[in-house]
Amino acid sequence: MEKRVVFDGKILPYALLMPQLLITIIFFYWPAAQAVWQSFLIQDAFGLSTEFVWLENYAVLFANPDYYRSMLTTLVFSTLVTVFSLSLSLLLAVQADKQIKGASGYKTFLMWPYAVAPAIAGVLWLFMFQPSLGLVAQAIRALGFDWNPQLNANHAMALVVMAATWKQISYNFLFFLAGLQSIPKSVIEAAAIDGARPVRRFWTVIFPLLSPTTFFLLVVNIVYVFFDTFGIIDSVTGGGPAQGTTTLVYKVFSDGRLGGDLGGSAAQSVVLMVLVIGLTAIQFRYIERKVQY
Amino acid sequence: MVERQSFFSFLPHLILALGILVVAFPVYVAFVASTWDPATISNGTMPLRPGPYFLENYRQTLFEGTARSSRSPVGLMMLNSLVMALTIAIGKIAISIISAFAIVYFRFPFRMTAFWVIFVTLMLPVEVRIYPTYKIVADLGLLDSYMGLTVPLIASATATLLFRQFFMTVPDELVEASKIDGAGPMQFFRDTLLPLSITTVAALFVIQFIYGWNQYLWPLLITTREGMQTIVIGIKKMIVTQDALTEWQIAMATAVLAMLPPVLVVIIMQRLFVKGLVETEK
Repeated sequence: MEKRVVFDGKILPYALLMPQLLITIIFFYWPAAQAVWQSFLIQDAFGLSTEFVWLENYAVLFANPDYYRSMLTTLVFSTLVTVFSLSLSLLLAVQADKQIKGASGYKTFLMWPYAVAPAIAGVLWLFMFQPSLGLVAQAIRALGFDWNPQLNANHAMALVVMAATWKQISYNFLFFLAGLQSIPKSVIEAAAIDGARPVRRFWTVIFPLLSPTTFFLLVVNIVYVFFDTFGIIDSVTGGGPAQGTTTLVYKVFSDGRLGGDLGGSAAQSVVLMVLVIGLTAIQFRYIERKVQY
Repeated sequence: MVERQSFFSFLPHLILALGILVVAFPVYVAFVASTWDPATISNGTMPLRPGPYFLENYRQTLFEGTARSSRSPVGLMMLNSLVMALTIAIGKIAISIISAFAIVYFRFPFRMTAFWVIFVTLMLPVEVRIYPTYKIVADLGLLDSYMGLTVPLIASATATLLFRQFFMTVPDELVEASKIDGAGPMQFFRDTLLPLSITTVAALFVIQFIYGWNQYLWPLLITTREGMQTIVIGIKKMIVTQDALTEWQIAMATAVLAMLPPVLVVIIMQRLFVKGLVETEK
């Protein structure tokens, strides 16, 4: 797709692109290249000499059991958040789609959590589940369950999953509702005439037609859990207890803050870059397919 | 929708009402906590209705901050957040609209290279290049400054793609007409293209304002001085690891104040928000 009519200009287009390109190169490409370069280097403890070591940093990283634990944590966290937030928002979107009147009202009441910062969402849930004074925590403890996210890693994980799910429901809801509203009513009526009851209609007609939206949201949600939940984890658990909620991104941050191992931290960054590139590639292949469709 | 279900027709409403309740509950609890005194909260006897300390707590939060932990007034933090959010939103829109204009309306060597250079940044979020980017900003002497806080976040592949997409739908006849009238490229941009782009700009502004206001990782790294703190960072510092020291009534008032601007933007500019959200994802 190209314009037929264009302007002439030798210098002007470069001048127009300059601000964006400068920022991109200085703050995106240069640091990314440095991360790649540093991941091949080992620096001595005083930062006096560096040595080129090929893939040694990666070998060390992938021999470290902590790194696998962090991978597992990320996997558990992203699976739980994605499954809960997608299914809850689909449930709500299907109900809202049934309403001829009031659908937009419901939309208003369900979409605002999108605007809440992840770190703030974390603080809200932290307060409700704070073991000694939290409202919900007290109810749980009154039932005889020893709830303590500050000591128990599973409880901490449950807490960050709830906060991250809560924050993501509004986004998924909006996209599911838009997807549902674009399904032609005639298809559903045809299924009804064939004698399919509502539940059957949902699973055999609506759900398959909704699959492009679901797939798109799946990828977006995974990216969200990987990167945007940093604020939730930092404000709720700080990666603890005993590193029970340290995701891959959180690990890059906390390992780097302790200082020292520059090469190892860079190697972690590069692994994450490869992950994002993979996810983005999937997202775009899917979008291309949708365009043809 | 298809058959009449007089008996079960209340069910969807019930589920939705429950959903809204669950979604709103954490915020309601935060608001209630921001209107009680510290003793009531730390006893664990806080009731589910607002208390009498609303004015006192919010006054202390805005103008003084916490008494024990960080002690900086939240009013100042909000100002910092506002400056950051506005600079990021306006900056992103400004540099993206001119780059898209250059890519769509000119033919020049390396045009597609420039496009791809911008496009690939989609795959390099801050989170994967935390420390090298920090080091560059430190080397440039931009730590603890509004420049360092905002400029590295201003580049935007999404916004550039969105404007490019929109410009492709603008009829060529408009360019021809401008040319016949003797208008140069910048005149065409200012008098024709910009007025046509207003809705797209506004929708993008809503999304980017929220993005800017809610930034966490970047300000956490870049700001160390109390006076530069944003509200989203400030609240984290109020929550002390030994719970007895946390002044929850101030922390919750801060949470409410931190949510207010972006949530209001979403509710007031609902249609633009939904438009922006849907379009930036394509």
